[in-house]
Amino acid sequence: MNVRLRSQVVKEMLSYLRDPRSRMTLIVPPLMQLLIFSFAATLEVRNVDIAVLDRDSGAWSREMVQRVDAAGFVDRIVPVNSLAELRRLVDHREVLLGLHFDAGFSRDIEAGRPAEAQLLVDGRRANAGQIAVGYIEAVAAQLGAELAPAGGVPPPSTVVRHAFNPNLTYRWFIVPSLSGILAMFISLVVTSLSIARERELGTFDQLLVSPATPLEIVVGKTVPAVILGTVLGTIMITAGILIFGIPFTGSLPLLLASLVLFILSIVGIGLMLSSVCGTQQQAILGTFSVAVPIVLISGFATPVENMPDWLQWVAQASPLKYYLVIVQGSFLKALPPEVVLANAWPMAAIALVTLTSAVVLVKRRLS
Amino acid sequence: MSDTSPQHRRRPRSPRFDPRRLAGLLRKESLQIVRDPSAILIAFVLPVVLLFLFTFAVSLDVSRVRLGLVVEDDGPQAAELAAAFAGNRYFDVRPARHRREVEDGLTDGSLRGMVVIPQELDRRLASGLPVQVQVVTDGSQPNTANFVNGYAGGVVANWAAGLPAGRGGAAFRPITLRPRYWYNPEIESRRFLVPGAIAIVMTMIGTLLTALVVAREWERGTMEAVLSTPTGVAEILVGKIAPYFVLGLLATLGCAVASETLLGVPIAGSWLALMSLASAFLVPALGQGLLISTLARNQFVASQIAIFTGFLPSLLLSGFLFEIDSMPIWLRALTHVVPARYFVSSLQTVYLAGDVWGALLPNIGAMLALGGVFLAVIAAKTRKTLEP
Repeated sequence: MNVRLRSQVVKEMLSYLRDPRSRMTLIVPPLMQLLIFSFAATLEVRNVDIAVLDRDSGAWSREMVQRVDAAGFVDRIVPVNSLAELRRLVDHREVLLGLHFDAGFSRDIEAGRPAEAQLLVDGRRANAGQIAVGYIEAVAAQLGAELAPAGGVPPPSTVVRHAFNPNLTYRWFIVPSLSGILAMFISLVVTSLSIARERELGTFDQLLVSPATPLEIVVGKTVPAVILGTVLGTIMITAGILIFGIPFTGSLPLLLASLVLFILSIVGIGLMLSSVCGTQQQAILGTFSVAVPIVLISGFATPVENMPDWLQWVAQASPLKYYLVIVQGSFLKALPPEVVLANAWPMAAIALVTLTSAVVLVKRRLS
Repeated sequence: MSDTSPQHRRRPRSPRFDPRRLAGLLRKESLQIVRDPSAILIAFVLPVVLLFLFTFAVSLDVSRVRLGLVVEDDGPQAAELAAAFAGNRYFDVRPARHRREVEDGLTDGSLRGMVVIPQELDRRLASGLPVQVQVVTDGSQPNTANFVNGYAGGVVANWAAGLPAGRGGAAFRPITLRPRYWYNPEIESRRFLVPGAIAIVMTMIGTLLTALVVAREWERGTMEAVLSTPTGVAEILVGKIAPYFVLGLLATLGCAVASETLLGVPIAGSWLALMSLASAFLVPALGQGLLISTLARNQFVASQIAIFTGFLPSLLLSGFLFEIDSMPIWLRALTHVVPARYFVSSLQTVYLAGDVWGALLPNIGAMLALGGVFLAVIAAKTRKTLEP
């Protein structure tokens, strides 16, 4: 490694790590984010309040309410006397849903007729609402099965097995994914600021008169960011295994190699941004305008194959999409090397394109 | 700091606003916004991109999920069930005779689930024996796994209901629940995602942008220059906040108009309620941005803190994507100091339910109170910096 290049790298590293405040902001927030957000992100519904409008007040409606209360997701059951009162509670978001029994609910059950109850759900919280409705339907089905005449053949049903994650623990999904997303954000911000800061402070002009070539400048800016992103990503993967106790079934060396490729492709995007932005503010806001769409089309929130065709095409250019397959698979699925490879080479291709473009753009800046 | 002593003497004597001085400050800040294309990008282009992505990429509405279908039985009932899966509009079926043909698809992610129609299904049905259809999901993506499980169960239940009685068909269901979703009967996710998108954009403008702008002034030393003029702290704060306040309101208006005209998401409530909420939210959002820049005084550090305490909480702790009630108690307590929590919940009310002022006013109060705390801390901090 030549001296000029090495001093470039050292200088870049120092610009992040010299100041204790920026050193802190590089290391601490990503780890705290991992901790806080892995607890925030859950698909279960708990501690919700439910209103009950019981016009039946018979044995079976009471039995049903008792079982719902005992099902473990309810914090408080609020009895109401009218539909208007129920409506008011839902309107004010005091309850997630209302359970409404008409008069005759118990009588129908006693008589062996099908009985009906209504669930009035707050559509503003439709996600949680649908899950809670699912819980209550399970309670009703259980009660119904106990009421069914003995000796009949149960109807054909499904039995489910969730491969790789038997209890659908959401944390097993969110922590590996966040490790990629957070490492991406940090390396993107760091690189996009690198050239923009020099231009804002006027030190880019000094680079212009120095003997450094565009390639050297790009390498000098790339190496520290790649090291930072990879180290952070590795720390978070380690935290996932050791602190969160997520099973790691794949190959760690292959995952780390993919992480480096992933960060390289991201750093290329960051450098391209940096060379077109004149100020740090533009660089940071530009980072956001790029990073948020990258996350949204990566398949993190919804599988890529569920998007419209044109968006699926765009998603093929998102390095995060490939990295998420590798990191999720390496944790839970014991991802075979050929699948890792199939997802790694697109990242290598993206990295090649973005880094080459960055060199070209920096060269144009220099001339 | 030799200029601190005249400062110190002068400020208590002229605490009032000087309209001309303030107008000058406002003009300077507004010009700064208009001249920098990145502010315009974040206020008007990004919102539209976000709204589109939320509608098309993050849409939680169901679409086609790739499913492996293993048919181990040759009988007519098995074929009928297989046809029911193949014809279902939520599934994109890859047929197979053996599990091992599709098992790899679960590992490499080309399939999200697998349904096994078991051997001797017809024979068991004919002889009145219980039948179970196995569903295997890719649990590494819990959302999709739940979806596959739920809809596969629905397909099987529908098929079973059509079977002749005595073979498990026409099963008696003693209790039926009829769910009804108020305000959003079709459960279109875009209708509650749009309010979330507005909250994110406003957090970016209010917190991130302001934090950057003021941090830059500290970084370059121009903040000290402004502070050493006769301008009062209150004037400086108002001068900084007001232009971004207006920009935020314009962006909200833009988001609302774009979502109504381009995405067909109307507002159930009034524009008055929408704009009052946006105004109330901007107070703590801008306050937070100013506070961050006052503490950080460096654009890189400010942007990291703004992302960590502003942007990510508005996404994850606001109740927009994840239900607050379901979080552990310490996190639930933490959400009370996240202004976006009050904003997202009120926006959802205005968008879906209408002007329920009884639900909106407490949230507006909470946002203003948080904003007041932020501004008070800033005023104290800013004064202190020049009076050691």
